[in-house]
Amino acid sequence: MDFLPTLWFILIAVLWTGYLFLEGFDLGVGMLMKTFARDEKERRLLLNTVGPVWDGNEVWLITAGGATFAAFPFWYASLFSSLYIPLVFVLLALIFRAVAFEYRGKVHSDIWRRTWDWAIAVGSFVAAFGIGAMLALTTTGLPLNANGDRVGGPFAWFTWYAVLGGLALVGFCLLQAGAFLALKTDGAVRHRARRLVGRWLVPALLPMAAWAIAVALQNGKAFSWALIAAAVLAAAAAWLANRKDREGLSFLSLGAFLVLGSTAIFSATFPVVLPSTLNSAWNLTVTNASSSAYTLGLMTIVAAVGVPLVLAYQAWTYWIFRKRISITHLPDPHDFAPAVGPASATGKGVAAAGGA
Amino acid sequence: MEALDIARWQFGIVTVYHFLMVPLTIGLGALVAILQTTWHRTGREEYLRATKFWGKLFLINFIMGVATGIVQEFQFGMAWSEYSRFVGDVFGAPLAMESLLAFFVESTFLGLWIFGWKRLPAKIHLACLWIAVCGSILSAYFILVANSWMQHPVGVRMVNGHPQMVDAWAVFTNNTALVAFFHTITGALAVAGGFLLGIAWYHLWRRRRDGIDTVDARGHVIVGESATIPGRDKRDHAVWIKSLRIGAVVAMIAFAGSAVSGDLSGKLMFEQQPMKMAAAEAACHDGTSFSVLSVGDLSSRDCSKVVAVMEIPGLLSFLAHNDFTTDIKGVNTLVPEYQAKYGKYLPDDPLYGTRAGQEINYVPVMPVTYWGFRMMIGFGGLAALAAAVALWITRKGTVPQAKWLMRLALFGILAPFGANAAGWIFTEMGRQPFVVAPNPSMSGVDQVFMFTAAAVSPGVSAGEMVFSLASLATVYAVLLVVEVVLLVKYIRGGTVSAMPELAHPGGPGGKDDGGTHPGGEGGGDVLAFAY
Repeated sequence: MDFLPTLWFILIAVLWTGYLFLEGFDLGVGMLMKTFARDEKERRLLLNTVGPVWDGNEVWLITAGGATFAAFPFWYASLFSSLYIPLVFVLLALIFRAVAFEYRGKVHSDIWRRTWDWAIAVGSFVAAFGIGAMLALTTTGLPLNANGDRVGGPFAWFTWYAVLGGLALVGFCLLQAGAFLALKTDGAVRHRARRLVGRWLVPALLPMAAWAIAVALQNGKAFSWALIAAAVLAAAAAWLANRKDREGLSFLSLGAFLVLGSTAIFSATFPVVLPSTLNSAWNLTVTNASSSAYTLGLMTIVAAVGVPLVLAYQAWTYWIFRKRISITHLPDPHDFAPAVGPASATGKGVAAAGGA
Repeated sequence: MEALDIARWQFGIVTVYHFLMVPLTIGLGALVAILQTTWHRTGREEYLRATKFWGKLFLINFIMGVATGIVQEFQFGMAWSEYSRFVGDVFGAPLAMESLLAFFVESTFLGLWIFGWKRLPAKIHLACLWIAVCGSILSAYFILVANSWMQHPVGVRMVNGHPQMVDAWAVFTNNTALVAFFHTITGALAVAGGFLLGIAWYHLWRRRRDGIDTVDARGHVIVGESATIPGRDKRDHAVWIKSLRIGAVVAMIAFAGSAVSGDLSGKLMFEQQPMKMAAAEAACHDGTSFSVLSVGDLSSRDCSKVVAVMEIPGLLSFLAHNDFTTDIKGVNTLVPEYQAKYGKYLPDDPLYGTRAGQEINYVPVMPVTYWGFRMMIGFGGLAALAAAVALWITRKGTVPQAKWLMRLALFGILAPFGANAAGWIFTEMGRQPFVVAPNPSMSGVDQVFMFTAAAVSPGVSAGEMVFSLASLATVYAVLLVVEVVLLVKYIRGGTVSAMPELAHPGGPGGKDDGGTHPGGEGGGDVLAFAY
């Protein structure tokens, strides 16, 4: 009876993990635009490492949201309405960030570029922090009443778990971006990125580890603890690989840390999808928040076809754009003037002469 | 204002805004794909230039659709949590499918297209664009399945007060959805057709004004070249005259298609939502006449002050039933019917807040439905007529020198956008006071409905809604200005704005490196495109 809701809980966890795995590094690259990149060429290099893929990565977020709506409407409704204000910030951040990617290079002025650089950096940071906070709160609880609505005002969601989750995602994204840049670029940026990973690995991953441990402590399952231990090992492997200049391995080990960590967190809270901090009888669980078996069955078929397909063509995209790029690869930006004649050439006589 | 009113304004504003970008994305994407295909087939450079130029404008617009689209999905849960809980079992599925089966395709393959010039084999590069366009079109289908279920709930049964999907086939082949899909795609193509027409007209006019093109004694164009303006060669003329003609033809075909689909849609709506159609006509009394002009206080809602000035007898009956004599029920007849079926007062339930127990007004805001319906048809028809006239005026190969005509052509770009927006405002406002409209005839599942008043998030305060509405509206307004400024900059730049090599022939990325031939396949290390 509970097979389908459980399956869909796993699928939602997979979608969120997929989102964090993929968009993690491009959110991080966005944040590094203002701190890590030293000049205009480096900023353009950073942008172009994620250029062909960031939009596809972001669809993982939309899919995670949509799948939650389809499979667990009560979870979706309670979580999104409770976190109204933080999600407005996440939306604004994602809007600015997306538009900035596309518009930044379209006008040649320093003020224009600087403005969009801020939009990318701040947008990436706010989006990562907000989504981290949301995921932390869905595992640690919100003040929900029997109907699943938030009580206590617009900021009743605020707990230190929200901060912890926000920091966890920001830290992970920054680190994963470092590993990604070391893997995708050449030259000075590659070396600096490698140094960043070596130096910041422990502090950047600590919040996510703390979040996993906190959730495991509350729910106490041996399984989760084993996964946390494995995640720590993966982090150690990432550090070692980075030290030995094995950039691919370091990137993948960090990915393994994320997968193991998020599995630890989601498995610890199962079958609760969103606890009520007011009364555990009002917890949303995989059974009381889910859609009907018919809908879940339909969605299972769709996911069984759709998810492997997405993984296949997205993997192909990464393969196409697998080459390292460096600042010497970037074509010079070009400007252009309106295709209009000089002001003096607007008389009637000139019009006739020009055709000769 | 209460949270409900703010939430409704917010939904209306962000959705209409989002739908400024969407039809242009769908329509222009398809046209760019056709242009690139033609370039591959013929090898003629004007089609490459057109592909690059219109492709650039397409991308400037596309990103705004992407950015504002995320709001669309999130706001159901954020502002309309009761709605989400009520409909989630049936409404969430098409939304999830839209992401999984359409958005992924669209974004991934568009990324491949943007960055894949010269890196991918030419045929695969072209295929990427077609796949992305199919993704856009598929996304329209899924979201219209979701929306149409709100207009015509099918394929469900009520379990514990919630509709549960029992027949996915019925949901995904909902006749309302199929017709709306047809109507939306043709509407999108009308937008793109007008866009090509207006901008191409501007460039042809510019070429004449700058003395590049002239006309002979019989009015036929003599195509010239400019030595000083980059990109203004003879091929440039071909880019614009072909774009103009393609745009005009597409606009006319699209309007014909939207007239057919609109008629089908109207017939369904007379049956499924008679109140919406009565309100679209400000038809208070039963009858057969189509109102050409009604005056008076349409907003009085009680019909006593509406005066029909001019009517066409029989036409309304024809729109609904294909004959001239069947009486169509007016508002005065429908209100008691709705009251008998769905109640005279809102239930005494805390979900309705202060509205609990109030009398239900079943009549939509008639000035909005009446004029929205007419603006949709009027703008759409005007644009198609203008396209036909434009084709005739430019039959000798260029446009007249008159500045006002050029301005009119540019201004005309807005007409199909207006038709799209008016149509959506009409159909969504016409559904009120329901968010999920009951269908009084036997075609829908009876007793599946939800009042908008019960749909809003109970836990979210009016203050939060004001905050989100104000911040989203401000950001949207600023970004609209930015988008238009960028579009104007790239339009004024002509094809050089998308192909810098035209200004510097022979330079890097110039004509010699294979990029201008459909068979060309670079695959080098240098990025052919970079942010």
